[in-house]
Amino acid sequence: MKKIMMKGTEAIGEAAIIAGCRNFFGYPITPQNELTEYMARRLPEVGGCFLQAESEVAAVNMIYGAASVGKRAMTSTSSPGFSLMQEGISYIACAQLPAVFVNVVRGGPGLGDIQPSQGDYFQATKGGGHGDYRLIVLAPSTVQEAVTLTELAFELADKYRNPALILADGLLGQMMEPVEIEEKQVSYDNSSWALTGAKDRPPRKVTSFNIDPYGLEKMNLQLQEKYRKMEQEEPRWEEFQTEDAEILLAAYGTVGRICKSVVKIAREAGLKVGLFRPITLYPYPYSPLEELAKRVSMILTVEMSSGQMLEDVKLAALRLTRIEFYGRMAGVVPTPGEIFEHLMQLVRRR
Amino acid sequence: MTFSFILSGFGGQGVMLMGQILAQAGMQEAKNVTWFPSYGPEMRGGTANCTVVISDEPVASPIVDSPDVVVAMNIPSLLKFEPRLKKNGFLFLNTSVIDRKATRNDIRVIEVPANEIADRIGNLKVANMVMLGAIIAVTKCVRKDSVVSALQYKLGEKGSSLLKLNIEAIEAGIKHVGG
Repeated sequence: MKKIMMKGTEAIGEAAIIAGCRNFFGYPITPQNELTEYMARRLPEVGGCFLQAESEVAAVNMIYGAASVGKRAMTSTSSPGFSLMQEGISYIACAQLPAVFVNVVRGGPGLGDIQPSQGDYFQATKGGGHGDYRLIVLAPSTVQEAVTLTELAFELADKYRNPALILADGLLGQMMEPVEIEEKQVSYDNSSWALTGAKDRPPRKVTSFNIDPYGLEKMNLQLQEKYRKMEQEEPRWEEFQTEDAEILLAAYGTVGRICKSVVKIAREAGLKVGLFRPITLYPYPYSPLEELAKRVSMILTVEMSSGQMLEDVKLAALRLTRIEFYGRMAGVVPTPGEIFEHLMQLVRRR
Repeated sequence: MTFSFILSGFGGQGVMLMGQILAQAGMQEAKNVTWFPSYGPEMRGGTANCTVVISDEPVASPIVDSPDVVVAMNIPSLLKFEPRLKKNGFLFLNTSVIDRKATRNDIRVIEVPANEIADRIGNLKVANMVMLGAIIAVTKCVRKDSVVSALQYKLGEKGSSLLKLNIEAIEAGIKHVGG
């Protein structure tokens, strides 16, 4: 198949179209504007609907509407915009509707800056909105993987009737890399629950509201049952040179690929270093990390944040091995060299 | 074999395009490539740069500590990136704009009066392509025919009338460095 150079944002847009998404509602924000722009250009060509909403709050509620009639819908934003969407995401999760979100994370908190960051990990994986719900969270580290995971996001969202999130960052969004995007026939059938007009069938209701606490608890139990199933079936991760590793790097997304360079540098220096890269951030791949933790003398978690995924690493590996952290914040991207230097300091401190 | 580049210059000097064509040409030679732009809140006349990696192996980090090649189209780019260049790396200087010398003596400096050469061809805007010609001739990171076909792809049908001029600029860059 023919490879083409694409930006991460554009590749996510094309992958969504291949996955059958014909509805995109969004509001501009850097560094993801190329995705909105791409959808504005491409969706009319394939008979879809692009609409620039008046705000992120409006966009998420448009997604809620499109999802409730069973249509594949997506929106994309960056950190402050994603915060604005949280109320709607909680509603969509409670109403058990599939929808795909993209957060091209930038430096924060607050208005922050527009450079790459991973500071929204807690918000993405621990529930940014209110109530007991979970998002399926996928973290691509290359443009090609962004394509695969966008398609997967639509599949999983439908499978579990739950919103899914592509958690990217400004670096992945802005960089160009060759991709292969395979044309495929996608069919999906949401007719068993979607609001399609009640002609010749009993009416249905899509709601995130139940005034009776016992009734609402029942809805909650259904959600929890789904989450347990996801935790059993959906964790995905990559291991890179872990077979003989004595030291493990743990990193996701862009930092995951930067850490692959660190592994190479470290191995040239004679250190047996491997990489554990979670691909699903929820459900988190705790079990494989726990197994690796038993075999290594140290896990160094590296993030573009103050140490958010670090808490999940500790959940998997606490007391099994030494756990260390290196992070940059606010849009500063760590280089392979600086991570390696930090690793060497830790090794010497042993 | 892996080549990493930082290409830097004023907004408008075409450094982003230069990087994209390099990456596109690398891809056409079935290599692994990444292109990453600085995308800060730059103002008109400010300095922009991009990082390109071309490799036989999958590219791990698209961020590079010490590039093999630095291309400085203006003085701020020279000041910022000369210190980061790898030992024995190539520093390409656009001497039409940069009126000073490199300070390190453990690197290989290639001086290209890109604006003057472009002007002689008839269009100042192809100074970036003059520089690109010099880069591929000296580093041999990609072949000239790959660059030409990448250029063709980038210009598309709309820009096909500009193809001849751009190729001429690339050839002038190659010739300047004796390639």
